[in-house]
Amino acid sequence: MNAPDPQLDGAPFDRAAEGYNFAYLDEQTKRMIRRSLLKAVAVPGYQVPFASREMPLPFGWGTGGIQVTAAIIGRDDTLKVIDQGSDETTNAVNIRRFFARTTGVKTTRRTSEATIVQTRHRIPETPLTDKQILVYQVPMPEPLFRLEPRTAETKKLHALADYGLISVKLYEDIVHHGGIATTYDYPVIVNERYLTSPSPIPKFDNPKMHMNAALQLFGAGRERRIHAIPPYTRVRSLDFDDHPFEIQRWEHACALCGSRESFLDEMIVDDEGTRMFVCSDSDYCHDRREQQTGDAGESGEPDVAVKRAEGESA
Amino acid sequence: MTTRITPLMSARAITKQYGGRNGCRNVSFDLYPGEVLCIVGESGSGKTTLLNTLALRTEADSGALHYHATHGEMLDLLAMSEPRRRLLMRTEWGFVQQNPRDGLRSGVSAGANIGEPLMAAGARHYGQIRATATQWMERVELDATRIDEFPAAFSGGMQQRLQIARNLVTGPRLVFMDEPTAGLDVSVQARLLDLLRTLTSTLHLSVLIVTHDIGVARLLAHRLMVMQGGEVVESGLTDQVLDDPQHPYTQTLVSSVLPV
Repeated sequence: MNAPDPQLDGAPFDRAAEGYNFAYLDEQTKRMIRRSLLKAVAVPGYQVPFASREMPLPFGWGTGGIQVTAAIIGRDDTLKVIDQGSDETTNAVNIRRFFARTTGVKTTRRTSEATIVQTRHRIPETPLTDKQILVYQVPMPEPLFRLEPRTAETKKLHALADYGLISVKLYEDIVHHGGIATTYDYPVIVNERYLTSPSPIPKFDNPKMHMNAALQLFGAGRERRIHAIPPYTRVRSLDFDDHPFEIQRWEHACALCGSRESFLDEMIVDDEGTRMFVCSDSDYCHDRREQQTGDAGESGEPDVAVKRAEGESA
Repeated sequence: MTTRITPLMSARAITKQYGGRNGCRNVSFDLYPGEVLCIVGESGSGKTTLLNTLALRTEADSGALHYHATHGEMLDLLAMSEPRRRLLMRTEWGFVQQNPRDGLRSGVSAGANIGEPLMAAGARHYGQIRATATQWMERVELDATRIDEFPAAFSGGMQQRLQIARNLVTGPRLVFMDEPTAGLDVSVQARLLDLLRTLTSTLHLSVLIVTHDIGVARLLAHRLMVMQGGEVVESGLTDQVLDDPQHPYTQTLVSSVLPV
């Protein structure tokens, strides 16, 4: 499938690109971002403004996440980047390569090996530990923005914890779709105080944010906001008493690894509309398949998985 | 001996001006529970400024404003903190705008518009919110089957009734109304006035209503304040003021009503 990423197997530090400061941003900028991060961690869920810089990629591609990662990454870190759960999509590959070049730190696909995971729209299926940091790319940090266009007013609503408005959104969902139809970017209350947008992760991942051992940092480059969920913080998804919060469920198991617990992507594999459901978290799926082949040899493996395994061993 | 009733709201020398001009000057009154007080006057006489100042939507320059809250406490409205002010507005007050589109949320359904104040006050049961919304649609004589339609799908008069429902759903004690019938045709106006009169008397509401229409005042108000050039020139019981106007301006106002 993809050509093996030469940077993946732990490029030595001296291979970092010349002419750039460590992790691209200058030290002054990194300090500025770190100050905002400290404040964000101190007030869980509160959106802290920061002076977002122009990055060498367009807004909406992860400028916020990349700046947060640049501000916290150190020489001993191991970085994993995922886009919709996958390590192999364009966004993930490019951001991983960007940091490999500008820092020379080790990069990995394994969730368990990473110290920093930058993510676009997923939380890894493998539970994170208190040694890890999860950095989210956030397009719109303000959960109220479709309901209240005035920023000054939304700030006031946050300050006074006046969150009746967000229930209106859920109410409208039930009216028009018969149930809470918000499936991603599902609003949460962090630490029983701030209404927060969890970035467009599927609501399947919302329960993972609750009491997570890892530090979760959210960077919105275009909107110039940073917010955070410190380790072991309560995160409650909003709902109605008679329409409780529910996560997505599938009738299928992953076609590759057979998992019934993970978030599945639907793929159309030919022109006749044949569908296949596979794990969106590529590392999780890969690990499970490796375990299975270890247990039962090569038998019973779907074709795609075998091909991929061959590609990687080569 | 009669027992003294505490006024719900009492204003003393309320002044709000724009750069030392216009606005309203030196307005004092007491509003009692269950009373409908009407502020009439020509365009530019400071009626709306006064109403907005009383409803704490604009800040008063000077004066004193007190409100007798449900739990018996006398609140100094002008010195109150913003969170408490908002809580009061959410739970005990309503504000009906002249243009229903200012008072409604156009992007969400009629039911959500009525339910929003409930949700803001902490209601988290969809079925109950919807049932209350339906009930209120019926109370303001709207077709309850249209609960899921957007406000834009309703006519001007219906939107106004929707706005009234939205304001009354939390069971407020005091409702501010800024020309609620302006811009509606006469027959719709008459029905709306009839509805308002029924609602205010059944719910025992105190109402502060601004209008330039003497007919509205005659029909709804118990008491009247006539404003001209930012000052109250005459006040008293509605019938008394309208039948026996003392001030020259009030006399002009009363005599300029077109006979049918």
